Amino acid sequence: MQLTVWTYEAPPHVGAMRIATAMEGMHYVLHAPQGDTYADLLFTMIERNGKRPPVTYTTFQARDLGGDTANLFKDAARDAYERFKPQAMIVGASCTAELIQDDPGGLTQALGLPVPVIPLELPAYQKKENWGAAETFYQIVRTLAGPAASAGAKRERAAGARPRCNLLGATALGFRHRDDVTEIRRLLERLGIDVNVVAPLGATPSDITRLGEADFNVVMYPEIAGPAAQWLQRTFGQPSTKTVPIGVSATVEFVKEVAALAGVDPGPLLSAEGSRLPWYSRSVDSTYLTAKRVFIFGDGTHALAAARIAADELGFTVVGLGTYSREMAREIREAAAKYGVEALVTDDYLEVEARIAELHPELVLGTQMERHIAKRLGVPCAVISAPVHVQDFPARYSPQMGFEGANVIFDTWVHPLMMGLEEHLLAMFRDDHEFHDEAGPSHLGKTAQKPAAVAEAITVKPATPESIVWHRDAETELKKIPFFVRGKARRNTEMFAQTKGLPLITVETLYDAKAHYGR
Amino acid sequence: MNIRPDISETAIGCGSAPVLRERGQREVFCGLTGIIWLHRKIQDAFFLVVGSRTCAHLIQSAAGVMIFAEPRFATAILDERDLAGMNDANDELDRVVARLLERRPDIKLLFLVGSCPSEVIKLDLSRAALRLSQAHMPRVRVLNYSGSGIETTFTQGEDACLAALIPTLPAAPANAPPSLLIAGALADIVEDQWLRTFAALGIGPVHFLPPRRANDLPPVGPNTVFLLAQPFLNDTARALEERGARYLPAPFPLGVEGTTLWLKAAAQAFGVDDALFDKVTQPSIFRARQAIKRHSATLSGRRVFFFPDSQLEVPLARFLARELDMELVEVGTPYLHQTHLAHELDLLPAGTLLSEGQDVDRQLDRCRLQQPDLVVCGLGLANPLEAEGLTTKWSIELMFTPTQGYEQAADLAELFARPLNRRARLKVA
Ligand code: SF4
Repeated sequence: MQLTVWTYEAPPHVGAMRIATAMEGMHYVLHAPQGDTYADLLFTMIERNGKRPPVTYTTFQARDLGGDTANLFKDAARDAYERFKPQAMIVGASCTAELIQDDPGGLTQALGLPVPVIPLELPAYQKKENWGAAETFYQIVRTLAGPAASAGAKRERAAGARPRCNLLGATALGFRHRDDVTEIRRLLERLGIDVNVVAPLGATPSDITRLGEADFNVVMYPEIAGPAAQWLQRTFGQPSTKTVPIGVSATVEFVKEVAALAGVDPGPLLSAEGSRLPWYSRSVDSTYLTAKRVFIFGDGTHALAAARIAADELGFTVVGLGTYSREMAREIREAAAKYGVEALVTDDYLEVEARIAELHPELVLGTQMERHIAKRLGVPCAVISAPVHVQDFPARYSPQMGFEGANVIFDTWVHPLMMGLEEHLLAMFRDDHEFHDEAGPSHLGKTAQKPAAVAEAITVKPATPESIVWHRDAETELKKIPFFVRGKARRNTEMFAQTKGLPLITVETLYDAKAHYGR
Repeated sequence: MNIRPDISETAIGCGSAPVLRERGQREVFCGLTGIIWLHRKIQDAFFLVVGSRTCAHLIQSAAGVMIFAEPRFATAILDERDLAGMNDANDELDRVVARLLERRPDIKLLFLVGSCPSEVIKLDLSRAALRLSQAHMPRVRVLNYSGSGIETTFTQGEDACLAALIPTLPAAPANAPPSLLIAGALADIVEDQWLRTFAALGIGPVHFLPPRRANDLPPVGPNTVFLLAQPFLNDTARALEERGARYLPAPFPLGVEGTTLWLKAAAQAFGVDDALFDKVTQPSIFRARQAIKRHSATLSGRRVFFFPDSQLEVPLARFLARELDMELVEVGTPYLHQTHLAHELDLLPAGTLLSEGQDVDRQLDRCRLQQPDLVVCGLGLANPLEAEGLTTKWSIELMFTPTQGYEQAADLAELFARPLNRRARLKVA
């Protein structure tokens, strides 16, 4: 039993819904009580889908439990087929129905529907959303693409034919998946590579049967497409890409990797204009970004990519790196070791909050949860990963992948800091009558007005060790330090005083500490 | 101008109309959702759901935003070890509660909230609550109720929560002076307005259930009369009657007419004379009518369709039909409590199509066929219907916005007028 305040991932059947909703002509019959229909709003409100998710819930009630929930399921499956006439169906149980063990797969099989029915076993008390999405996609691919393999359809590319690949992993409710697909399609087109099938996003069951016709697979999101891609490799001998093209360097590597898989020349594309990120980052204007202390938390793929971009492409210092994707704990630990930080692998939001408060980063790159934490602590933040929020579906084109993705990332991460710098300039004039220090940085909204006070109100370690006292002059001097480094200055000074055994911090102590910790 | 608070004179009557009963897929929240407003109302209570990751995700998704550092609700998520019996679920629960209370010394009242999984595995939360109460009294009282989707629909979670509180209310002695209890969570501002109204009518003492603080429990006894501020409080009403309190039947205080009849029920029970009643209520009635009038151009004559959601549908439909002249295409509600809604049903226009329960696909078919001007529905249906060209009002906002009483009557009308006004403004298709 785990005490949970907020959860990063939904239960695994919501992962299955993300696959079904991404596809066309697929229907999901879910054995579940009425409250579970809340999941529809994730798609209709957060992603603003104009269609209901293709999901039928049995909505059994307590009074059905002693009786015939199995028949309820059969009726629901039959009615759903009659009404929606899907090309294929997935069937399964949510957490409650798992306990009553009605066997949705067997029940639907007995109906003899004229379409493929794919039973899902998604253990709700062990697994979570991304696992559920990956497993569902894998089962769909295996069931629908399998027959082509047994028919011996191992494809050899005809001489002179253009190379073809599948794009795998984009789902409904994914973080910028829609735009990433467009961006990767454009890259492949410039390389002269055709896209055979994009799946699950926009694919029909009959598209899935054609997956074996590609030369290789582009695995866009390993958390979701990994198991299916491995099966395709075993079954059709299709190799898959290993690089996730988020960031400039990763995109260049990705281009080389797919060019090699397709047997085409990456040269023309790579010598053409790529992203503006490298020049913007070298521009002297960006020197203030140097060694900015950044804390990163998200799903495995996005957190890894963010760490690399932060360190190598923007010149930040990674002070914290973590993920809620336990499946990718190993990769995150390796990367963290590279940056000399301790990896944080957890799905406990309070632990993440405590770590951020303790590290005093100057920028947080995280999910919507970390955005709230950062807001309370008065730290700038950019969102890099699911779980998604309505804001993560912007009207404009904003991929994370490819060269355009790198442009988007530069803007999204740097603007909160740039505005921070402007605020600093304003703070320099704070004795002018129209400015005052209490106003707080405008871009962080009202909640940032009293960061220190708010930070104390929540459950973080007390800022000042009890035995240490600040002299009034030292406090005044501290206030003259720009707000975005003030927290760090306070912390360093206190640490310094503690190691020296000084009970009172004076102006002298402040400057001694500054000299001691100077960059 | 003068509203006659006498139902028989104004009755048009829908009381014995046939009801369409549906038993298909229901597209409604479960009772856990009530935690979102209940935890804000009782400021030192904590709601611990004993359930699955689905339950935790439902609450955070329905709440929409995660603005609280540490909200006063959480989920104890059952895992496979609890289910396989490798852990004793009761020991686990004791451990989780001990840790929680250690972290949150401000908590005075803890609700263990049952879910579908806890009920299917027959985890006895009432025994757990008793055991934990004994362990943590007097600092914290521990109660339990079910918010599960197999037992409760959306607002029934509040009913179950209030019903669980009632056995703990202090007993008012048999010779206590008459007192009025108002049951149903309301915005503080609405409570304060009514306290002033009742004071002006000479009615008192007046108490509210739930109270704002866990230790301010209202006394109840044979001299207590109670009004329901919400239509979904079946178990709460029964539990109050078991404590000797007397129910005052009335329509619900939505709109001018509902509010007047509701106040009148209390006035009659306390022997307030008609002249005083009119003197106290007339200025508010006048002001509210003027304010509502601003929305009648938008709403009058428009056709409205209700999908089932909060059980507020019947009183809302009555308000829209009688005070804004809207035409009711279908009024769907999860449950139709004939007793508590008797006065409401009498006020509905004759021939109104009422439906109880749901078969969402069939109901969508009816809705599309009818092409109403306004559809009141849940968040899962609103955007898809908008995409089909219909105009919608999401019903959950009706639960989160103060809508009861005279001063809020026009706000309530505005909630329905806004989507239509918005449609009219937008020049993009
Ligand atoms: S319907 Fe049941 S399982 Fe689903 S969220 Fe509600 S209580 Fe939890």
